[in-house]
Amino acid sequence: MAPYDLSSLSGTIANALVFGAVGFGFGAALELGGFGDTRKLAAQFYLKDMTVLKVMFTAIVVAAVLLAGATGLGLLDMSRVWVNPTYLWPGVVGGLIMGVGFVLGGFCPGTTLVATATLKIDGMVFLLGALIGVWLFGETVGSYENFFISSNMGRFTLPEWFGLPVGVTVFLVVLIALALFWGGELAEQVFGHGRPWAEVSLRPSRALLATGSALLLVSVVVMARGQPTPAQKFDLLGAEARRPVEGRGLFVHPAEVVALKQDLNLKVELLDLRDEHDFNLFHVGGSRRVEAAALTRGARLNELLARPPSTVSFLIGHGEAGGLAAWKELRALGVGNLYVVEGGVERWLELYAPPACVAEPLAAVEGIPPAWRFAFATGASLPAAWPELPVSRGFRVPCQSPASAPDGHGEHADIRWPSYAFDKKVKLQTRTAVKGGCG
Amino acid sequence: MSLPRPPRPYLNPYLAGTLLGAVLFASFYVTGGGLGASAALSHIQTGLLDWIAPAHVDRTAYFAEMAGGNRNTWDYSGVYILLGALAGGLVSGLFNRRVKLELRKGPNITTATRVVFALLGGAIMGYGARLARGCTSGQALSGGAVLSVGSWAFALSIFASGYAVAWFARRLWN
Repeated sequence: MAPYDLSSLSGTIANALVFGAVGFGFGAALELGGFGDTRKLAAQFYLKDMTVLKVMFTAIVVAAVLLAGATGLGLLDMSRVWVNPTYLWPGVVGGLIMGVGFVLGGFCPGTTLVATATLKIDGMVFLLGALIGVWLFGETVGSYENFFISSNMGRFTLPEWFGLPVGVTVFLVVLIALALFWGGELAEQVFGHGRPWAEVSLRPSRALLATGSALLLVSVVVMARGQPTPAQKFDLLGAEARRPVEGRGLFVHPAEVVALKQDLNLKVELLDLRDEHDFNLFHVGGSRRVEAAALTRGARLNELLARPPSTVSFLIGHGEAGGLAAWKELRALGVGNLYVVEGGVERWLELYAPPACVAEPLAAVEGIPPAWRFAFATGASLPAAWPELPVSRGFRVPCQSPASAPDGHGEHADIRWPSYAFDKKVKLQTRTAVKGGCG
Repeated sequence: MSLPRPPRPYLNPYLAGTLLGAVLFASFYVTGGGLGASAALSHIQTGLLDWIAPAHVDRTAYFAEMAGGNRNTWDYSGVYILLGALAGGLVSGLFNRRVKLELRKGPNITTATRVVFALLGGAIMGYGARLARGCTSGQALSGGAVLSVGSWAFALSIFASGYAVAWFARRLWN
């Protein structure tokens, strides 16, 4: 599934050629649209020639419709596409500054390239100015770094903000674009050709009618088709994504989880998928209870996507089925460093058993670790919840009589966890997502 | 001897936009990233600075990220996009007879004024582009197509500011 992993090409001539070809199309399209002429660009701000609006916004909606169509057909994995992270206020202030530079200088960094390529002296001077500008930024940003990294909302898109499906959002953006194009054409008649408002023709140009109807048609089809659910998307991902499922590489032995919890270089995050009742009866120390459905969207998903690469997360549930289903969906959404605890809570309790006076195993079914019946809710208060900690650490001892331990605390002197052998499964992925040209 | 033939007219903006959108989509589809120019300018500038003052580059956090120590700031995807864009602009310009050494400006200002303002505008643009983490292409165009909220906020601010300043700068262009 696209996009293609180009990291293996890094440093080779093929890498340069791929990106060079992309740039070639970029430069050619800008030049063909007239972006090499500073007067055409500046005229945008005097409403005389709305070419900038038309070309830019057409490009945005065409690409947006194609992207939504490709993800809808399962051809493109959007989770691996670079989406500019939202740093709201630095972006807004940067935009306000750039607006001034645009009007004074008559170019933007992209268009000045085609102006330079077609030997426009003002384009070359602007390019030199832009190099000075980026240099000044690098020299000064250190003095207000807190602002530069402020209001970081991460990967935050319009469909998430509006709570609308991608296809609907794209359709609405197309509608807004077409309305703006039409308004732009009216403005051009008045400010560009000096026609009085009363004589302005309301009829859109033939090019706008053709482009507009094509865009509307395709975006309606894209909207009607919709986007695959995370589970459907996982099935489309192909053999490489399925390998950890088939080879059981995603299921991690409880003893490995315990070992990793002791590793100071790592942060281990345990996500418990069971309901609140079962979670209160017993859960692994440090785990958080999450709803599987909530993990795959909104704030919870962003939290998972934004974890530093030194964090490894484990899903734990009753057995493995719930964890596996959630793992597949999260994998399809681009969450890495994620595993499922082998055998679930039941397997954990089999290896790290609670005292007999607290819980007892139910009748075992062939091949499946038995479920447990707890006498009362223990949360994470049992030594079995924290096998990595020494048992002498002052756990509450539920089975002692109050007379022998008046404060309810004492030593589980008789517990010593066996050291279990396991195959190491966890491999930290540190590779970051692709970066865009301007990122 | 015949006079040089006049340049061909520009493409219809909707057609040019569709072409640009197709290139942008292809970029996302193949490489997973969009288009851009300002990050590449930053890399090139840092590379130049690294020749002149490598110790300074190593000490300045923003530059060190790109060219500190033995990092190679030139081998960066955006630099290839930039070189490709120069080539694409040149080829399209040649084909349409628009490659000509000249200076374009508003009718009522001198060449010197145009040069000063192009330099000043470029510097302001370059500065703002890095603060916004992208220029018109990298933020507004690429981020807009993937529906990033920040990119749309950025695009609105650049146009709002442009229209607000345009009246004061009208002598430059009209």
